[in-house]
This record gives sequence, C-alpha cells and structure tokens, in this order.
Amino acid sequence: MRLSLTSRLSVISALLPALMVMLVVYIGATSWTAWMSLTNSRMLPNNNFVGFRQYELLLTNDRWLTSVHNVIIYGVLFVSLALLIGFLLAVAIDQRVRAEDTIRSIYLYPYAMSFVVTGLVWQWLLNPTLGIQHVLRSWGFAGATFDWIVRPETAIYCLVIAGVWQASGLVMAIMLAGLRGVDDEIWKAARVDGLPKWRVYISIVIPMMGASFATAAVLLSTAVVRLYDLSVSMTNGGPGIASEVPAKFVMDHLFERANIGLATAAATTMLITVIAVVAPYLYWRARKGEVR
Amino acid sequence: MQRSNVDITNLQIGFGGLKVLENLNLHVDASEFLVLLGPSGCGKSTLLNAIAGLIDVKGGEIRIGDRDVTWAEPKDRGIAMVFQSYALYPRMSVRKNLSFGLKVARTPQDEIDSRVGEAAKMLRLTELLDRRPSELSGGQRQRVAIGRALVRHAGVYLFDEPLSNLDAQLRAELRVEIKRLHARLGATMIYVTHDQIEALTLADRIAVMQGGVIQQLDTPKKIYREPANRFVASFVGSPAMNFIRGRIARDGGLAFIAGDARFDLNGYAFRTPPSDAPAVLGIRPEHIEVIGSDHPSAVPARVEMVEPMGADALIWCRLADGTAFSFRSDADAQARAGDTLALRFPAEAFSLFDDQSGQRL
Amino acid sequence: MSATALSSGRPRRISPARWGLYAFILITALYFLLPLYVMIVTSLKPMAEIRQGNLLALPASPSLAAWVKAWTSACTGLTCEGIRIGFFNSLRILVPSVVISILVGSLTGYALSLWRVRGANILFGAMMVVAFIPYQVFIYPLVRVFSFTGLGQSLATIVTIHTIFGLPTMTLLFRNYFTSLPVELFKAARIDGAGFYQIYARIMMPMATPMIVVAVILQTTGIWNDFILGLVFAGRDNLPMTVQLNNIVNSTQGERAYNVDMAATLLTALLPLVVYFGSGRWFVRGIAAGAVKG
Repeated sequence: MRLSLTSRLSVISALLPALMVMLVVYIGATSWTAWMSLTNSRMLPNNNFVGFRQYELLLTNDRWLTSVHNVIIYGVLFVSLALLIGFLLAVAIDQRVRAEDTIRSIYLYPYAMSFVVTGLVWQWLLNPTLGIQHVLRSWGFAGATFDWIVRPETAIYCLVIAGVWQASGLVMAIMLAGLRGVDDEIWKAARVDGLPKWRVYISIVIPMMGASFATAAVLLSTAVVRLYDLSVSMTNGGPGIASEVPAKFVMDHLFERANIGLATAAATTMLITVIAVVAPYLYWRARKGEVR
Repeated sequence: MQRSNVDITNLQIGFGGLKVLENLNLHVDASEFLVLLGPSGCGKSTLLNAIAGLIDVKGGEIRIGDRDVTWAEPKDRGIAMVFQSYALYPRMSVRKNLSFGLKVARTPQDEIDSRVGEAAKMLRLTELLDRRPSELSGGQRQRVAIGRALVRHAGVYLFDEPLSNLDAQLRAELRVEIKRLHARLGATMIYVTHDQIEALTLADRIAVMQGGVIQQLDTPKKIYREPANRFVASFVGSPAMNFIRGRIARDGGLAFIAGDARFDLNGYAFRTPPSDAPAVLGIRPEHIEVIGSDHPSAVPARVEMVEPMGADALIWCRLADGTAFSFRSDADAQARAGDTLALRFPAEAFSLFDDQSGQRL
Repeated sequence: MSATALSSGRPRRISPARWGLYAFILITALYFLLPLYVMIVTSLKPMAEIRQGNLLALPASPSLAAWVKAWTSACTGLTCEGIRIGFFNSLRILVPSVVISILVGSLTGYALSLWRVRGANILFGAMMVVAFIPYQVFIYPLVRVFSFTGLGQSLATIVTIHTIFGLPTMTLLFRNYFTSLPVELFKAARIDGAGFYQIYARIMMPMATPMIVVAVILQTTGIWNDFILGLVFAGRDNLPMTVQLNNIVNSTQGERAYNVDMAATLLTALLPLVVYFGSGRWFVRGIAAGAVKG
C-alpha cells in the first residue's frame, strides 16, 4: 500500500506517543537505571563508575538475601497453588453445575480487588488475638495455633494465602476458557472409547491446554516479581524483615534509605529475571502465531 | 467381526420443551449401509448421537444386536464412531490415538498391536503411525479417525458427516475408500450426511429426514425414481427435479393439464386411484427428450437459456403458461434461446404429488 | 458446548461423584467469600463486640457508625478527614486517566493494525515485552524526568503515568480487535477517500464499542487499585484511596479500630466490586483480552 504524504504524516503523528514512550520511558529509563546501578549514587544520581560494586554489596546484604529467599518461596508456592486451585475450580465449574454464573463470580471477585485491600483483610483474618486462631479456639480446639503472621519464619506463607485467594479466580477464568475450547467431539470420541472422565482430563485435556497453563503461569510469575503492595499492606515487610520482597527493597532504598546505587542494582537484577522468564514465552507465542 | 442389526422403536428426543424426534422407528439390518440424509437441523445427527448414547432420550427403545442399549454407556453399546471434526486427540501420535481406547479397556498389548497394525494397513496409515495429528493432511486425519473406529471391532460403525470438512476431490476419494471398506468388512454402518451424492453412492438404503421425521426409507434407486413426497423429490437429485402445477383430468384419456399443455399419463403407476384434483407433476431433467413436433404427445416449450455442463447441457425452457423447467440434452445440442422445441414427457418417469399434502399419488 | 452437556445415562438420583463435586464447590466458595463476609460483619460491629472475639458472628446490633467514621473522620497520618479525601482523589485521577489512556491506546492499536507501516511489528513486539517489566526499573528515572519538566508530583503527572503504563495493554486490545475486523471495510473507506483520522473516528471507533467497554473495565479496576504509582507520582495532595487506606490502617497509634479499618477497606473495594458485579461477563472478557499483560 502506497501512502500519500498526508496519510504518512497522520500515521506518524498517531504513533508518536507510543514511540516517545518506548524511547524515553522504556528504553531511556531502563538504561539510566542500569547505568546508575554501576555508580555509587546515594541520595542523588552521580556518574562515579564503580563497576559491579553495588551488585557485590547486594549479595552480602541480609535484607536483599531475605527478600530474594522470600520471593522464591512465595513464587513457587503462589504459582503452583494458584494454578492447581484455579484448574480444579475450572474443572468443577465445567461439570454443568447449577448457578454456574454465580459460582464463577464468587471465585473471581477477589481479582477485582486491590492488593492493598487483600492484604488488609487477610491481616485482620490472620490476626492471632481476634482472627481465625481465636475462632478455632472458641470452637473448642484449645491448642489451635494459627499465628503465622506474627512469626518471622512463617510470615511469608501468609502472603501466599492472601495472594492465592486473590489470583486463583484469574487462573480459573483462563482455564475455563481453555476447557470450553476443547472440541465437543473430542469428548464424544472419548466416551465412545469408554474413557473415564478423570482419564480424559489427564491424558487428553491437560496436554491440550498447554497455552492456557503457559499464559496463566507467566501472568502469575510477573505478579510474583511485582509483589509489593501486598507485603506493604499486610505485614509491611515484617515482623522485622521477615516478609521483605525485592520490589519493596528497591522502593525503600530509593525513597527512604537514599541508596540509589544499591536500589538500581536490585531493580536491574529484577529486570534480568523477568526477561529470562518472559522472553522465551513471547518467542514461543510469536512462533506459534506464525505457524498458525 | 460381529455385525449387529439396529432397531429403534418409538424413539423420542427433546431438549427442554423442544421436540426433536418423535416416535421414530427405524430398522437397520446387519451388514447394511444405511445413510441418514437431510438438510441441517432435520434431526439426523441427533438420531445418530442417540444411537451412540451421547444424548439422553426421552422415551422409546434402542436395540443393537438384539440387546436393549437405550440406557447403556456409549462404550458398552458395541459401536464405534467417526466425527466430522475428526476429534483426534491432538497431543497423541496416530498410534496412540488408535490404541488409547483399547488400552483403557485393558486389552492385551499384542492384541492392540495386531488390531492397530491391521487398521493401519487397511487405511494406508502404517507410515504415519508416529506422527501427530497436526502433522497430517485433512484426508489423512480423516483416515486416522476411521482407523480409531475400526480398531474397536464394533458391531455398528457410526459416521457423523465424516467428509464435510474435506475439499471436493478428497471427498470423492474417501467416499470410494469407505465404500470399499464396507464391502470388505461387511460391517453395519450408519452414515449421516447432507450430501446427496454421498448418500446415493454409498447407501444400501437411504433414510431421508426432515423435521425430525423419516420421510422415506428406501434404496437409492427408489428414492431417486419414486420419491414418496415433494420434499424427497426436491431434496434428492441435481440438477433438481422440475415441478409443474396443474390438475389431473380423466376426460378423453388420463392426462395432466397445466394451462394449454397436456401430459399423457398412460403408463404412470398410480399408488391411489386418480381423481380430478389439483396436483403437481415432477420430472427429472434427464427424462425429457426432444421429438418431432408432429408427434401426438409433443409439448411445445420456448428455450430461455442453455447451460453447457461439459458432458451434456442443461436447457432452461418455459411452457406456454410460464412454468420454468430444465432438461438435459447432449452437449452439442443446437438449441438457442428463443427457439421453440417439441418435447416428450414420458409418463413412466413422472412423479405425481397431491397439491395439498405433497404426498405421491 | 462443553463436555458436561453429554448425557449421563438413565435419569437417576444424584451420584456420589456429584455430591463430591458440590461439596468441593461449596467449600471453595466459602473460602472465597469468607474475607468479604468478615469485612462486612466487622465493619458493622462496635469495638466492644469485636474485642469479645466472635469474628464470624453476625453483629448483635448492626451500626453504620464505623462507616461514617471511616468516610468522614478516620485519620490518615496527619489529617483526620476520613477516606473520602482519597475517594475523590482517586476519582480525579481515574476519569482523565481512563479516557486519555483509551484514546492513545486505541489510536496506537489502530495505526499498528490497519496501516502497514514499516517497523510496526517491531514497535508492537517491543511494547509487549516491556509490559512485563516491573515498575521499579523505571520509577526513579521517571521521578527525575517529571521533576525536571516542572510537573513534579501532580495530578497531571499521575494521569500521564497511568497513560504510559496502560499503553501496552490498550494497544494490544485495540490492535487485536481491529485486526479481527474484515479488512474490506478499511479498503472501502480508503476508496471512499476517507483519511487516517476520519477512518479512525468515523468507522473504526464506532465499531469498537465492545472493546471500549472492555478497556474501560480493565483500566478502571487497574487504575483504581493502583498503589505504587499513586504513592510515588500523585503528590501529597492527590494521594489515591488505596494509599490513604493503607495509611489509615497501618499508621494508627494505640488500639486499632478494626471496624473502621474494615469499613474503610470495603469503601475502597466498593468501586471495583460494583464494576465487577455490574459488568458480568465483560470483566472476564477483559481478563482474556488483556491476558498477555499482568
């Protein structure tokens, strides 16, 4: 298609905001962050090149190591539990149940709420003096303890509980779309073959739903790296630094602890991690798109 | 291989308040190739799915091989089925697709291997056994789908529009293949299609369906030659049968009168005694011939258009009263638009229908 | 049709498997509903009743006092004017952000889908990649850029920020939609002599109503629920509701007023919940359409 000069100018004008955003925000800001991570910037950015000194410091920083440790625990548990629960919920809804719309709404509504709201509700529910622990004890389970949120070694699991509650509905929605996309004749063929339903799910349906699982897993994984609001609102990183996470580490060192060099080194580490997860996924998607 | 007969009595199927099939009766002989033919929404697929046990019936009885299977699970009915969308399991190789059902039924491995090998050989799939469905062409996928049915050694094979996703050439090839398969296995087959060519070429008997009712159940020849009603007459045959409205007159020899035209009915086998009543005369394009204009039963018609069709030509004409019809003539016919021809309409080839009920007279 | 629409054989009473299924659904539904229920009952109880510790009990004498307090006089750090300040701040952020981000996103998606410009695929691909990058990577340079331009922390800044970070999803949404339309429509408009912006405004956008609905739902919930961007870019006078809520709950001195906390939490969750329950299947559609991004 040959475009006249006017058309060409129009297209360029329409794409200008996107181009600006790409160049200034994404490429520009990312490069600047990466550059600052190689300097000894404290309160204000400077250009004193110190090589990978900040990264070395990062590796000896207890708070950072705890954050990374936490995000790994959170990530593994959150992603696998949300995938499992979301898939089971989708399968349950797919069984021609009554009031399907209502049930689906119940599973999904937490996803409409912010992490701040999620964090505050669960903070209240897990409150050992008046929350679930207290309820269990008043029901006669005198020895029941559910005080994870105030114990340093378990606080991170509380974030998992809240996170799974918030995100399982999303997985359910993605999986349900995948299940509904399975050709009805596949089910008929399986019935004629005499396959029990669970066998069809395991041997035929799950292998067909690779794309749904990949999409859900990538969405959940990026949410893991971004984990910030939930930690701030639910435990504020505590008790002590027990539920610190990398995103919070960056924010605190940028704006409160005035250590820009260290913060940007942490941010750059996060960036590399995300790219390592997302690039293969996007490449796979793009290739699939070409084949189709 | 066992060959089962199928008996359906008073079958009723409905979804909610909607009745799809009502009091349907059908008998299929063992080893018979029966085609369910009809336009979409006529209930043919519903009937097939009911035989397979894939939808609930409201009443009536289905017997396969003299066993009541009305409420049996699909796997226990002694049936196998081939689907329109192939319904191959996408993440399994061809071999696994063929063997999966047998494996779940705990068939011994050597038995599985021999059945899969046999089906693969019969359908020329041996080379493809380790491929995934996505690596196959449409025709190959359909052969795999047929293979998956064959390994079940079922008493009845059900086909749900198996060829409609294929292009015309492949469809013709696989049609021959299915026919050969039936001749070789002698298995009972029930085949749903909306394609009359498939029906006419494959079937021992055709059940033409419309509105959830079997309109006619007969051999292809009878369906074509002696359609039981106007629906069957118009649905089967391409180019379509011509219909001329008029009435039957008994004065001066039995004849059909349409405007000024008079069609001699001597030789037409009436099912019911003829009466003076409005009727519709049906005749297929290939039964009309050109004759000399001095012939006593010649009917004059004006040529409107000539459609050459390769082997022959279709000539579109109008009668004096304006009724349009077409007839086949050889490709080098000399007719031109505007010519007037004298035509012979042989009474043996007529199909007369009641104007009101549309039933054959 | 789904698998479950298949027959289950002779009509009979509910099978044990069916009982198990409904038990599973019931238990999971209770798990998902529990927090909402506890939020509601807590917000309706006086503190004395809460201190007795019946988390799950219905309020003995329901009262809206905590709601009134949360709305009008709860303390967010220094001031005690309630969460309504945050509510109106969030509204002032929300409306221009939603409108502008959809305008820019739809225009970009339109230009990238129908007008085959060189480099369009590269630009689009790059946008999809950056959509996954955590905000922490950009946030400090952006703070510096905005303070350099003189906007600093302000309403204009936060609206611009939401537009920037909404751009990849919005572009994706509209690009995919416009790509799915019959291309003949576009060709016919070109033959009729319509120009770039005419086709966009007169033909494409009127046809994109369903996508606009999806985009509004997606952006409304996303922007309303944002915490980190509002915290950094909105400025002290424009802090959004989520930030105010966190301040109310987590910076209280002395005994926590759980009923007020929960009332404030519910108030903050109210708008997304209304959008969610009001929009029904559209919300799910939004998730599916924007599923590429987080």
